[in-house]
Formats: sequence, structure tokens, C-alpha cells
Amino acid sequence: MATTTARPAPDELPKAPRDLLPVFIPPILALAALPLVGSPTTWVTLTVAALAMGMMIFVIASGLTLIFGLMDVLNFGHGAFIAVGAYIAMTVLGPLSGWVQSDALTLNLAALFLAVIAAMVGTGVLGLAFERIIVQPVYGQHLKQILITMGGLIVAEQLIHVVWGGDQKPMPLPNGLRGAITVGDFALEKFRLLAVAVGLTVFIIMQLVLNRTKVGLLIRAGVENREMVEALGYRIRQLFVGVFIAGSALAGLGGTMWALYRETLTAAIGGDIMVLVFIVIIIGGLGSVGGCFLGAILVALMANYTGYLAPKIAVASNILLMVAILMWRPQGLYPVARR
Amino acid sequence: MSQALLTLEGVHTHIGQYHILQGVDLVVPRGELTVLLGRNGAGKTTTLRTIMGLWPPSKGTITFDGQPIGGQATPDIARLGIGYVPESMGVFADLTVAENMRLAARLGPPDATRLDWIFGLFPALKRFWQLPAGLLSGGQKQMLSIARAIVEPKSLILIDEPTKGIAPAIIEGMITAFKELKRDKTTILLVEQNFRFAASLGDSVAVMDDGRIVHRGTMQALASDSALQSRLLGLSLAAHQ
Ligand SMILES: Nc1ncnc2c1ncn2[C@@H]1O[C@H](COP(=O)(O)OP(=O)(O)O)[C@@H](O)[C@H]1O
Ligand SMILES: [Mg+2]
Repeated sequence: MATTTARPAPDELPKAPRDLLPVFIPPILALAALPLVGSPTTWVTLTVAALAMGMMIFVIASGLTLIFGLMDVLNFGHGAFIAVGAYIAMTVLGPLSGWVQSDALTLNLAALFLAVIAAMVGTGVLGLAFERIIVQPVYGQHLKQILITMGGLIVAEQLIHVVWGGDQKPMPLPNGLRGAITVGDFALEKFRLLAVAVGLTVFIIMQLVLNRTKVGLLIRAGVENREMVEALGYRIRQLFVGVFIAGSALAGLGGTMWALYRETLTAAIGGDIMVLVFIVIIIGGLGSVGGCFLGAILVALMANYTGYLAPKIAVASNILLMVAILMWRPQGLYPVARR
Repeated sequence: MSQALLTLEGVHTHIGQYHILQGVDLVVPRGELTVLLGRNGAGKTTTLRTIMGLWPPSKGTITFDGQPIGGQATPDIARLGIGYVPESMGVFADLTVAENMRLAARLGPPDATRLDWIFGLFPALKRFWQLPAGLLSGGQKQMLSIARAIVEPKSLILIDEPTKGIAPAIIEGMITAFKELKRDKTTILLVEQNFRFAASLGDSVAVMDDGRIVHRGTMQALASDSALQSRLLGLSLAAHQ
């Protein structure tokens, strides 16, 4: 950190213990699955698919975990932003079908970029309205938060039916992102690689903001002790509104990617993935972005391996995973919030 | 006695259904160190939290520097120039000492000369500058909590039992710090159970019991009157001597 004061001599500093144990769980899980899956090519496909899915879940969950952590707000309406973001992106991609179907990757990416920006701006604005109208009256009242944010989710889904119709829509995946690139024996689907890149970018940007900027420090401090941040003279509600908007916009981004991944879209798209998102947030530790990142990878690995090996227990396996982790660390992998 | 910086008149505070403060009348004179004494559960912490706006007063007026602050939001009260060292210290464990200080300096980067002054008072903070504050000892966390409250000049500092469970060597640093703050004309409201520590610093004193102020006067008068001490402070005083 840049300060004007002299640094203490390094030999006087006790080492800050780094808690790296949770980092080893995803690789261990992946290696354990290898003999069960058998074929290495299948295993690579499943693992890359899981990483892509994990990054999409992370993008959706990262904002929500800060919303939980910072203001103790249980927002079950987060799924609405996933769906709305995806619909906005679809709407933007429609008239750009020339670019979407073009063979030029730059045009493909330009169309995708515009769609993502529109989705994030739209869900960000919606997030602001949602926070003001729905969440603010129920600060500190968990039961009411659950009921009213779920109500908001239902209303949002109905509004999607009104605006875009109730039927399943195709989500146009740009041409250049179809298919796979082959590396040796392994086929890596292009869109999955893009999803991994986007997720990693979001993770790195969040880490930089949280660790290097004053706003980020305030968010981390607020997750830990909201009252003390206020007693230092900071208006945490404004900060929270900002986090809520950013979290909603990230849900819009994640929703767009999720819909592109599935290449279809219904108003219920958010609900399908929200179960996993909540599991990820609980596994990671409320308010922990790092925990959320690891949790998302873990949950997606589990979902993909069991989806292949024993599809009937795919969801149950993730609930078991959550129970196992909470037995090890009752507050999640990286507990932050004291609440 | 000089003019009051902070005044509480008939302040009542409810926490949920519990009626905790039952008409607190307290005057904190400008530029002085006022000690708030009283047995455990008397309502000292609740009084400080009410001043900071962390509990809203249900009745009565709180006046700071001539303006009413009762019912205002905590950040707005803090921005008037009030520093707070809570009983729980409120250190951000996940942040480094440096980051804790950076947040405490709300108006800009911490001032270098002021930081040097703080490092002189609490050398451990300099040594552990880049360490997560959660790894500090209890006494070091208390130093950090006080350092945060004084990293920018304040008109009033509220300090809740800083010596509780703290080693004597660190208490010395605190005494120096509070004396130097007093010399700088910083007004301090100090909640304290350690009477000798309180007596060495206090100008005026208030004693609380059952959510009310039961005695107000100069520290000198209380310190030289052992009969008054034992009547007001009873066993809690004997336990500390
Ligand atoms: N959060 C709370 N909920 C209910 N009662 C509380 C709470 N905090 C304090 N009290 C009660 O208020 C009274 C005064 O507490 P406190 O102000 O902490 O006393 P002191 O700081 O003088 O020891 C005590 O009886 C305590 O049990
Ligand atoms: Mg107390």
C-alpha cells in the first residue's frame, strides 16, 4: 500500500498465515473424478465444461455474496436480473443477426459486446429500482426480505412474459464461437473458453477493486463490521446501493452468458441456476469473493461429473458437497461476515 | 468550568423492549477529559452508542457543539468530528493495519507527521503495519482502535473501556496519548472501570447506575474523598486497588 511512512524491517514481521487449504479442494475433486470417468478425453471435456459453468455461476454469485455480506440482505430476486439480462441481450442480438452470423470473429465479438453492455446497463438500472423500491423498506427484516424479493422475482418473470412472450426463445450464439478448437486429442469448445476468460477477468477486476481501492476497502470493512464503517463517517447505504447495482449488472452479464451457453431462453432461466448460486455463496462464506470463486468451481465440477456418472444424483451431490464443507467449516470456506 | 461541548438531557434509550437509559443528564466540558464510571451493566456503553447514533434515543436531547444530534444517522454524527473507540474495538480483522488507518483517515491519506506521532505512542502499529489486523494481540488491537480515532484531528473522542484486559505497558502508552490529546484541546469522554487510570487523567467525572447519572463533579473531588468513592463505586473500586 502506498503510504508516506517508512516500512518496518521485514525480519520483524510475523508471517501472515495464508489459508490455502480450500484452494486444493477443486483439483483434488477433479483428480478423484478421473478414474471414475475413465476416458481422459471425456474427463477433459467435462472439466472444461465445469470450469465454464463455474465461471458463469461465479459471475452471477459474486455480486450477491457482497449484497448478503454488506447489508445482511437476503435477495431471492437476483434470478430476475439473470433472466432480464439475457432477454435484453437477445433483443440486441436480433437486429445484429448479420454480425452474429458473420464469419468475421471481430463482428461476432462486437455484437456480443454490445449485447452484454446493454444487458449490464439494463440490469444495473433495474437493480437500482429494485433496491430502492423493494429492498430498502425491509432492511434488517429477513422474513420480509425473503417474501418481498421472491415476490419481485415473480413479478419480473411475469413482466418478461408480457414484454417478450412466454414461449421458449432461441438465443443466437455468434458463429465464430461455435464449435471447438482441438489441442492434441482434446476438443475445447470455444464458447466455454470465452466463458472461462470472462469469469477470470471479472474475478481479477473484483480482486483489484476490493484490495486496491478505497471503495473496495470500505466494502470489505463493511462486510466485516458495518457499524464501525459508519462510525468512521462513511454512509454505507450509498455504498450498498452501488454494490447492489454492480451485483445486478453482473447477474445480467452472467445471465447473458448462461443463455448463450444453452442457446435457448425462457423467463425461468434464472430460477434454474439460482439453486447452485445459493449453494456456492454458502460454501464460499457469506461476503467472500474468493470463497465464492472456489465454491463456484467446486459446485460446477461436482454437477458435471455427477451429471455424467450418475445424472439422477446431480443436484443432491451438490447439497451433499455443501453439507460436507459446512461440517468442516461451518461458516463456509472463507468466513468474513461476523453475523 | 468551561462551556459544554456535548450535553445529554433526559436521554432515554430502548433496545428492543428493554428500557436501558432512563433519563441520562450528562455534560462534557470542552477541552476536558470526562470520565464516565459505573458498575457493569450501568449503561455506559449504551450511552456512548446513543451519542454515536448506533442506538436511537427514544426521548431527550443530545446537543453537540450547539446543535441537536439526537436521531441523526451515525455517519453524519461522526462527520461532525466525533471519533469512537468501541468496547469491542471494532478493528477490521481482514484488513491490514495500514488499511484500517487508511479508512480511518476519511478526508485523505493519513498525515505523515500525525502518523509519526501515533507510531511514537504505539510503536507496535508501525511494526505490524502490513499485517492483517486480525493477527494483532488484544492490546495491539486496542492501540489500533485508538489510533484510528485520532488519525485525523477530532473535536470529541468517545472511548469505551480501553484498559479492559490490557497489559500495563500498553496502558502507559494510552495515558501518554490521552494526555497529549488533552494538551491539543481534544475533548474526551472516557468510559473506564479502572479508577486509578481514570483518576490520573480525568478532569471531571460522572457516575452511572441503572441507566441514570447518579453523580457529577470534578475528578479531584472524587479522588480525594474515599467515603464518596466507596459510596458511589462500592466494590468495583476495591477490586481495582
Ligand atoms: N443489545 C442489547 N440487547 C439487550 N440488552 C442490552 C443490549 N446491550 C446492552 N443491554 C443491556 O443494557 C444494560 C446496560 O448495558 P451497557 O450499556 O453495556 O452497560 P455498561 O457498558 O455500563 O457495562 C445492561 O443491562 C445490558 O444487559
Ligand atoms: Mg460497557
